[in-house]
Amino acid sequence: MNLHTEKVVKLTMVTVGSWLVAALVFFPIFWMILTSFKTELNAFSSPPSLFFWPTLENYQVVFERSDYFRYAWNSVVISFVSSIMAMVIGLPAAYAMAFYPTARTQGVMLWMLSTKMLPPVGVLVPIYLLSRDTGLLDTRTGLVIIYTLINLPIVIWMIYTYFKDVPKDILEACRMDGASLWQEIRHVLVPITMGGLSSTFLLSLILSWNEAFWSLNLTASSAAPLTALIASYSSPEGLFWAKLSAASTLAVAPILVFGWISQKQLVRGLTFGAVK
Amino acid sequence: MSQLSRNARAARFLVAPSVLLLLAWMTVPLAMTLYYSTVNFNLTIPGPRNFVGFENYIFFFTDPSFFAGMSNTIVLVGATLLITVVLGTLIAVLIDNPFPGRSLVRILLISPFFIMPTVNALVWKNLLMNPVSGFFAFLSKSVGMTPIDWFTDVPMLSIIIIVSWQWLPFAILILMTAMQSLDQEQLEAARIEGAGLVAVFIHVTLPHLARPLAVVVMIETIFLLSIFAEIFTTTGGGPGTQTTTLAYLIYSQALLQYDVGMASAGGIVAVVLANIVAFFLIRVVGKSLAGE
Repeated sequence: MNLHTEKVVKLTMVTVGSWLVAALVFFPIFWMILTSFKTELNAFSSPPSLFFWPTLENYQVVFERSDYFRYAWNSVVISFVSSIMAMVIGLPAAYAMAFYPTARTQGVMLWMLSTKMLPPVGVLVPIYLLSRDTGLLDTRTGLVIIYTLINLPIVIWMIYTYFKDVPKDILEACRMDGASLWQEIRHVLVPITMGGLSSTFLLSLILSWNEAFWSLNLTASSAAPLTALIASYSSPEGLFWAKLSAASTLAVAPILVFGWISQKQLVRGLTFGAVK
Repeated sequence: MSQLSRNARAARFLVAPSVLLLLAWMTVPLAMTLYYSTVNFNLTIPGPRNFVGFENYIFFFTDPSFFAGMSNTIVLVGATLLITVVLGTLIAVLIDNPFPGRSLVRILLISPFFIMPTVNALVWKNLLMNPVSGFFAFLSKSVGMTPIDWFTDVPMLSIIIIVSWQWLPFAILILMTAMQSLDQEQLEAARIEGAGLVAVFIHVTLPHLARPLAVVVMIETIFLLSIFAEIFTTTGGGPGTQTTTLAYLIYSQALLQYDVGMASAGGIVAVVLANIVAFFLIRVVGKSLAGE
């Protein structure tokens, strides 16, 4: 076998193997989407039907009956507001630590990271009681406060690593020109790091959207986001698989797309800059 | 005062809000948990809270569920780590070189990570693992086997599969990124010298991946110790205590049995455990911070 055929054989094997693995990993999502277009009877049939007349009935039912839009709106409001707040609070901190480091900066950064490692169950009782006593239980405000705080360290770390990548000369030049702090951030830094800042925002959005410990424990109905709506399908009556699939597909679709867009940048945020 | 030092002074104040907020978030609830863990406090029993010393801790440690919760947590975290790290490494190496459709393959592979835990759990439990009409039951029947009743017969294994599916993409994503910084010339040199695929993997690829692997293991451990929604929506900790982890045990003591004292003692135990892992992670991350 000459070198060329050997290469072709190897490439074919890698291609087929990779596609096979990818298909296996993605299968549950594919199956969920497929089931969402079946009738309940079809969804439950064994052997499962692969070819069927697709129906949008489940989506209709989900929209009408389970008050889907209220939950979706809660998810949107909670994750967007908490991500914006984390960015607004975190960006100045990341700026200061990246460009005006002091002897304590490294310690502060690591300490911020350590707050992320506090297991939620360790503070479940006090947070539950504090929320109850301040009237924040089952409110969007309550969840926004918590999500802002749990995402703040990740946001600061991620922005910090992007700011560190900015060439020092550019900032020096603009300081020599006498630019104020605000001008420097607004007109130089933010435009340069726009890509990084948007990925930071997306990661925060994804984490808030999918967060399911606090949303399940601190909301009942009025502030419940999509994670809680889906959880309510765990004790169903009658045929419900197709409707569960439809509700699930709607709940994960937007965030799945965000994830695809930002996949390459996510590594930084998820590893606190330890892997780039 | 020059513009430069004025900016430097202003910069100090920019860190303050974040530090104060995180300080409050970290210390206030933790101090409360610590206090609750030493008093007699049940939400259903009104009256004064008496100081009971270490009684809650003794009750927590001698509760038969504690041993189950502890060993279940170790099994869940250990098995999930093993599955995600081994498969993640193999897949990251497999898709490292260009092939047709690589970017689509990558997108398909990392997708499970973006699925919310409650959707993940319910799709697996119903659509795939249901013993009558689930997809796996269909597969078993079509090769003439009796379908497995996943959540009755092997509840912990079912949870492990669900959680591993969610975290495998995380390992792939990190290791795939780390693979890109592997020196191609070094790989080429090893191959020219006649090293086989396995030898190259062991002597070149694995050492290169050592640090990213450590990061994956530690970050996953921290998140896996707190796995909650997947258990909450599928087994509720059962049957019996077969899928009750430490996190789920504390939740059920607090919000199902309203025993705040005991749940708080458990909470402190969970914090201490997580801190042990965090200690090592922070050292690794600190090194990379200092190395810049």
